[in-house]
Amino acid sequence: MNMVVVAPPRQSAKHQILLATTVASGTIVMLMFGMLAIWMRFRDSSPLRGSSDGAKSIRDWLPADIQIPEVAANTIMITLVMTCIIAQWAVYATHRSDSSHASLALAIVAVLGIAAINAQVAVYVQMGIGIRDGKYQTLFYSVTGTMTALLASGVVFSLVALFRALAGRLGDRQVMSAHALYWYALTVTFAAMWFIVYVQK
Amino acid sequence: MTALDASSNLSSTSIRNEDSRNILGQLALWTTTTDHKRIGRLFLRGGFVWLISVIGIGVVLGVERINPTSNIFSANSVVQLFSFFRTGLSLGVLAPLFIGLSIALVPLQIGAQAISYARLSLFGFYAWLIGSALVVVSIIGNGGPSGGNTKMVDAYLLGVGLAIVGVVAAAISVITTVIGARSSGLAMSEIPVFTWSALVGAAGIILTLPLHLGSVVYVAVDHHYGRLAFGGNYRIDKWIGDIFGQPQTFIYVIPALGVLAEIISVSGPKRQVIQTGGFVGIGIMSTTLIGAVTRTQHLFESTGSLSDKLTSAISYALFDVLPVFGVLIALFVSLLALKTNSLRLNPALVPSLLGVGLVFTGMLGYAVQMISSAELAGTVFEEGVFVYIGYGAVLVAIGAISHWCRELRGTSLPAGVIKGLGVAGFIAAVFASLPYYMAGFTNQAAKSVTDFENGGPHALWNSLVGAGHVLMAVVVVYFVVVVLRPARSVAATPS
Repeated sequence: MNMVVVAPPRQSAKHQILLATTVASGTIVMLMFGMLAIWMRFRDSSPLRGSSDGAKSIRDWLPADIQIPEVAANTIMITLVMTCIIAQWAVYATHRSDSSHASLALAIVAVLGIAAINAQVAVYVQMGIGIRDGKYQTLFYSVTGTMTALLASGVVFSLVALFRALAGRLGDRQVMSAHALYWYALTVTFAAMWFIVYVQK
Repeated sequence: MTALDASSNLSSTSIRNEDSRNILGQLALWTTTTDHKRIGRLFLRGGFVWLISVIGIGVVLGVERINPTSNIFSANSVVQLFSFFRTGLSLGVLAPLFIGLSIALVPLQIGAQAISYARLSLFGFYAWLIGSALVVVSIIGNGGPSGGNTKMVDAYLLGVGLAIVGVVAAAISVITTVIGARSSGLAMSEIPVFTWSALVGAAGIILTLPLHLGSVVYVAVDHHYGRLAFGGNYRIDKWIGDIFGQPQTFIYVIPALGVLAEIISVSGPKRQVIQTGGFVGIGIMSTTLIGAVTRTQHLFESTGSLSDKLTSAISYALFDVLPVFGVLIALFVSLLALKTNSLRLNPALVPSLLGVGLVFTGMLGYAVQMISSAELAGTVFEEGVFVYIGYGAVLVAIGAISHWCRELRGTSLPAGVIKGLGVAGFIAAVFASLPYYMAGFTNQAAKSVTDFENGGPHALWNSLVGAGHVLMAVVVVYFVVVVLRPARSVAATPS
């Protein structure tokens, strides 16, 4: 029996995964920047007090008994920058059809993402504060907790991309580019949070 | 790799085949569908269920307000009813109606085989549905803003958060489809005006709702744990009330201009001019994004120094007045088209045009409300603005469903009924909101059923509002019956 196959209307391939990831990245950027804006609003409305040397007035926002573990916080920041570089390595390897390097890069990105989450947990442990202890503590856990959840979503993205790469679907260059883009967005978002919450306090 | 699903583009034959399945088959088909029309229709059905319940609450509140001494509901219940009305009409009705229309129609307009990431859209629907259900349950359980049941307040915040996630997920799908799944040769400058409005509306959702989601996360965490930072249940409205108010609602209804321009452009000549007017109107209306993103109210101050007045006037003009001009341009171009002799009156034009007119009146009212010397903040004037926009957008959605019913369901609706429903809906919306514009100038307090004089004009105005909600309920229920009726007749036809 002869079959007549009617071709569907031609669809223009316009990087749909990359587009969707760009929009999703915009969403997470707006989410975190909105949260940071509320954080700054709270900090700005806190009363002024003199610094320990009496030289200047500072906002009484960060409780005096809370120490920010800057080493752990800086470690997260550096880890995320490394993640971006490695994610770009995965894109580069994919363009060269280098399956083993692409898979290795994705695995490293996933591990680095988990390391960043682990460092965030270390920050919580070292600070030793409770979420019910005060305004600062509530906001701190909310904003950093949301960021940690977003980092976890990045790890999931890396694992999915790794799974696809291991399964031989290395032709999906878009997935690699989208994966790298997502980590860029996460890093930029974390950089803003790192500066406002951990550096500027 | 492609994100397209080839199982779309239902013809009326396939609709008949679908209807001939048994109940379990239909259930499986609808709950796991990746067809953009079905997903869009799921959103639309959910939106109409919400709409009927919201109008019911409007009727109840209208009756309660006729006499300030009546005590049908306790003071706490009244607060919850107002929360239900606001949450429902914005996040439960406006957002899903226009997102649903976008998902169902955009792929058809741009020659796409399907919506991009159909499963993301379906996830969005379920997230929105579960979130909406949580909101309803929590408000019934005394858990809305200012509610007394702690667990239910947590559930309310979770529900609002989930509903936002759902709407955002669906918006991502719409944007990706418009930009990335157009048929070859269709440039962005050539896409239909409704698709353009859907793109702008979805982009507005992406840029604003995540900001609100951040607030919801803060408030939910604070409420669940210490209630130290955000004032507990009594301050919920202060922190997340923007989601349900203006200018956020303006963003939900941006596609309404696209619907009007699309319908009127096929009703008469000068299609190009009308569509251009639609594009310009949508563009100018989208400036409301600035106000929604900054989440600040820009009052026009008539007191103070000249410099202060000028400063407030500039921000007032940019944030509050400019978006109104967008709607005005779309309306003006539409009315110009109506003047031509060769106009074929499309029945869907009646509810759409009147609906956009109501939206325009609501936005104009918001601009008046932002004049500080008018002293309208905190009065029922705010409620009038909200109802004008809400019911106006509902009329536009009714017009859109009527216009594209053949594409959506494979059937068409009776022209006379649609025109009649459009006029009746317009009268209902005016009754349900205009009296509040007048009562606002006499300082009748918003969100209260007792804070006004017994007798006199207030009783008349409040009665008219109640009557308007009743008429709107009749219009919506009748429309739903009319839409569902052909489906039954088709199902009865042997295939």
